[in-house]
Amino acid sequence: MVPDGLVAVVKRACPTCELVAPVLAQLRDQLTIYSQDDPTFPEGLGARDDTALDVSFALDVDTVPALIRVEDGHAVDRLVGWERSRWEKFTGVDDLGVGLPDWRPGCGSRTHDPEVVDARLVASVTPHLHARTVELGDAEDESEAMYARGWSDGLPLVPPTPERVARMCAGTTRHPSDVVAVVPPDLVECTVEKVAINAVMAGCLPEYLPLVLAALEAACTDEFNVHGLLATTWFSGPLVVVNGPIARAIGMNSGVNALGQGNRANATIGRALQLVIRNVGGGRPGEVDRATFGNPGKYTFCFAEDETGSPWESLAVERGLPAGTNSVTLFAAEGVRGVVDQLSREPESLARTYAACLRTVAHPKNIFVWDAMLVVSPEHGRVFRDVGWTKARLREELDALLLLPAEDIVRGASGIAEGMPEALCEPGTTLPKFRPGGLLIAHAGGGAGLFSAIIGGWASGAVGSEPVTREVRT
Amino acid sequence: MSKTLLDPTSERQAGTARERAKRPGGLAGTHVALLDISKPRGSVFLDRIEELLRARGVEVRRFNKPTFTKPAPVDLRHEITSTCDVVIEALAD
Repeated sequence: MVPDGLVAVVKRACPTCELVAPVLAQLRDQLTIYSQDDPTFPEGLGARDDTALDVSFALDVDTVPALIRVEDGHAVDRLVGWERSRWEKFTGVDDLGVGLPDWRPGCGSRTHDPEVVDARLVASVTPHLHARTVELGDAEDESEAMYARGWSDGLPLVPPTPERVARMCAGTTRHPSDVVAVVPPDLVECTVEKVAINAVMAGCLPEYLPLVLAALEAACTDEFNVHGLLATTWFSGPLVVVNGPIARAIGMNSGVNALGQGNRANATIGRALQLVIRNVGGGRPGEVDRATFGNPGKYTFCFAEDETGSPWESLAVERGLPAGTNSVTLFAAEGVRGVVDQLSREPESLARTYAACLRTVAHPKNIFVWDAMLVVSPEHGRVFRDVGWTKARLREELDALLLLPAEDIVRGASGIAEGMPEALCEPGTTLPKFRPGGLLIAHAGGGAGLFSAIIGGWASGAVGSEPVTREVRT
Repeated sequence: MSKTLLDPTSERQAGTARERAKRPGGLAGTHVALLDISKPRGSVFLDRIEELLRARGVEVRRFNKPTFTKPAPVDLRHEITSTCDVVIEALAD
């Protein structure tokens, strides 16, 4: 309990505190002194020990020396640094610090030292962590121990120590015990803490955690159906597209090599989601995951949309969120294929290229079943921007170009058994490649390259997976 | 180097798996559910099974999952377990 009256908080490492030691001596009869780093300072004044900083935190000390008036245990008024006239007025004592300079700024309180802040954070969160602890033997290698327990996707993991997990939990205002989602295939209630543990292992920074939480919420909806996505023999896995200012705030890549390696946030957010599904949900390759091939994006697949360079409204805005909202959009992605068109300077020509390539998603004679995401690069985007084509205009053009003649896609056509059933393919009619809402369009990529990317989907809509967009809550 | 890690798994206890239902001695007098998971051509297999079972005088009931990509809904599972003794589920590709 801090006594009422005048309280001074000081530290020996502060030159201004050293400077005002004679002043504190003048005030010793009406003053209680707390020392943040050395209880023998100031000498002979009976300073109290606050090296644990409890009083400093209780009084919310930012700067030392701090001269604080305490009533009923609470700070009601304060001065920081040294300024003779104000100290005299504050204390009602004249002739303080004769011979000292009139004014000197204070120093930062130890409560702001990074190691102090971190230790306090860890101490405050750790009591709320309830995961089972795994004690490793002295001779065990941490990395090998995690592999041996089956926690890894095949790549090395960051050891989830209680300290790291506590720091990770501080990345969200949600309580560590909050249930985020019920994770398939084992249908396990997954807490913020369990997500944080897997996010640590994936290599996330705490500021990425809200995105991982939102991605997990989106993945575990009935619409997105991550259970079926995991179990399918198809290539696909969850892709996370990030929209909103948070992408830039955490340093995500939406530019050069946006769909590739090299950016920590891109790499670890997608990986954390997959690790939660593996470790909490129990979804492991060869068990419930029955993919014939899989694809490298099943390690991690996450990128930010380039909103500032885009000729169009963002994917998230198109999907109904206000501009500037932080969000994730989950898409059941099979992998990336390139589209090259270095000659089209007219949007009509480029749209025809897109349509010709989009038609081949899964199979050129399959329709309805497969969704796709088209990621338009800056150089291709310019072709549309220069003539004022909106995204809606491009969609309109693609819809028309992707009406496929029934005779071309019916089973047996072109000597290919695969195709649509005869019952659907009335001669003389056309059928759309994609179901309504089955083609997503985003903008990303480096400034050089007349390429775009097509990311094929999986069984679409109510039959399989619906893309899901979720706001990110911090 | 810290030697204490937090468990990233669901911490589900081993040994909580449900026991298998009792196996019937034969199909005579039982109701057999045929569950079509809605994969293309799964019905071809089930049609033939139904034909063979009926020829043996077995009662057969047919059920369909809404989609092969999701687990069977609770109501469907309840209906099957409350009306049938045996279920045959057709996977197909």
